[in-house]
Amino acid sequence: MATRKILGYRRENGAVGVRNHVVILPVDDISNAACEAVANNIKGTMAIPHAYGRLQFGEDLELHFRTIIGTGANANVAAVIVIGIEAGWTKKIVDGIAKTGKPVFGFSIEGKGDIRTIADASYKAKEYVQWASELQRTECDLSELYISVKCGESDTTTGLSSCPTVGNVIDKHCADGGTASFGETSELTGAEHIVAAKAANEEVRKEFFAMCEEKALGNVEKLGKKTKFIGCLPPAVAPTKAGLWFMDTSSAAAEAVTLWAASGAVIHLFPTGQGNVIGNPIEPVIKLTGNPKTMSTMSEHIDVDVSKVLQGEMTIDEAGDALLDMIVRTANGRYTAAEALGHREYSMTKLYRSA
Amino acid sequence: MIHFLTHDTEDNVGVAVVDIEAGADCIGRNLSDNKTLKAHSEEAIPLGHKIALKDFKVGDDVIKYACVIGRISADVKTGHHVHTQNLKTKRWA
Repeated sequence: MATRKILGYRRENGAVGVRNHVVILPVDDISNAACEAVANNIKGTMAIPHAYGRLQFGEDLELHFRTIIGTGANANVAAVIVIGIEAGWTKKIVDGIAKTGKPVFGFSIEGKGDIRTIADASYKAKEYVQWASELQRTECDLSELYISVKCGESDTTTGLSSCPTVGNVIDKHCADGGTASFGETSELTGAEHIVAAKAANEEVRKEFFAMCEEKALGNVEKLGKKTKFIGCLPPAVAPTKAGLWFMDTSSAAAEAVTLWAASGAVIHLFPTGQGNVIGNPIEPVIKLTGNPKTMSTMSEHIDVDVSKVLQGEMTIDEAGDALLDMIVRTANGRYTAAEALGHREYSMTKLYRSA
Repeated sequence: MIHFLTHDTEDNVGVAVVDIEAGADCIGRNLSDNKTLKAHSEEAIPLGHKIALKDFKVGDDVIKYACVIGRISADVKTGHHVHTQNLKTKRWA
């Protein structure tokens, strides 16, 4: 297969992005208001409000920092304004993002208040958005994109059509030298005994396992037929080389995609059966379904229809090529259904309660 | 128009992609090699449920996705419905 070309944004560190966001990033929950005010002042910027960021400690705090730094560092982001309540943690985030070489500037609210912080940050945000709006897309190889995959609202059609379609794309993308990541730890193995302990009785427990086992097999159809995964990543950690990676993520859609975006993934592939509606602020989420009922009832959420696989009128290989075509169009700038509908779910993974 | 799919050539059950009525001549397709399959339903198979593509005896492995997904707990003839009444997990006794 000839390498497909896309028009992307090549960032200062060489990474290729498909969007050109200028984001206003809060370090902590109490800086959301200032960030939203800046984004309201300066058109073309986007605030990414979130919960948490105060009195976290240990591994939970490290994951919080890694998620925010990774979001700012993602190649879909051109420039970043960081706002935090105090200067220390704000600088930590700014320094982390600055390693990519992209423009980033931090503001802290303590000793100044929201209004003056918003004014100062707005001047900088205006400068950044005007600079970013002049950046041009350039021709890049599709294989330069880092793609993440995860399904949701799965049903019998996902195992038969949309998940193997994604698997077909993973095989093609990774054979071409691309990078990809899958996760959903609880949907695979390892946590089965924990879930079993929560079952109401023995019968429910056995039934759960009968279903869980088969459901996981449908899920792992996403991993392709040929591709071996080459390593395991902690949440929100970037792959170090091309190939397929496992990342330890939740199976909750918004939390998992937030972690992949923070690890640098620039396009997410999302097979759905019953119709999940998730999106992400910076990583376009391409949805596909093989369920004809979902196509007829919630088509506004679906980017690629592979229901013909179920009717025997489309092979998995043809469905994979249809999805690759949509990846190219999305990379070139086409808004996904989730982007057009304004889905910007940004959900922090919290490991334990703050102090 | 097809009635059921299999994931791999080793699979010994198919998955109904329409509601299959009892006594129907069914056409299937294997997703891995795209070959056409045939079966005759002996009972109704609801959409998304499994149809036996061989005669199973108690203890036989049921294979789907080219993986063993469980063992047969009550004899099943070709064309019958394979579900929780005759299929049990092998991993969690």
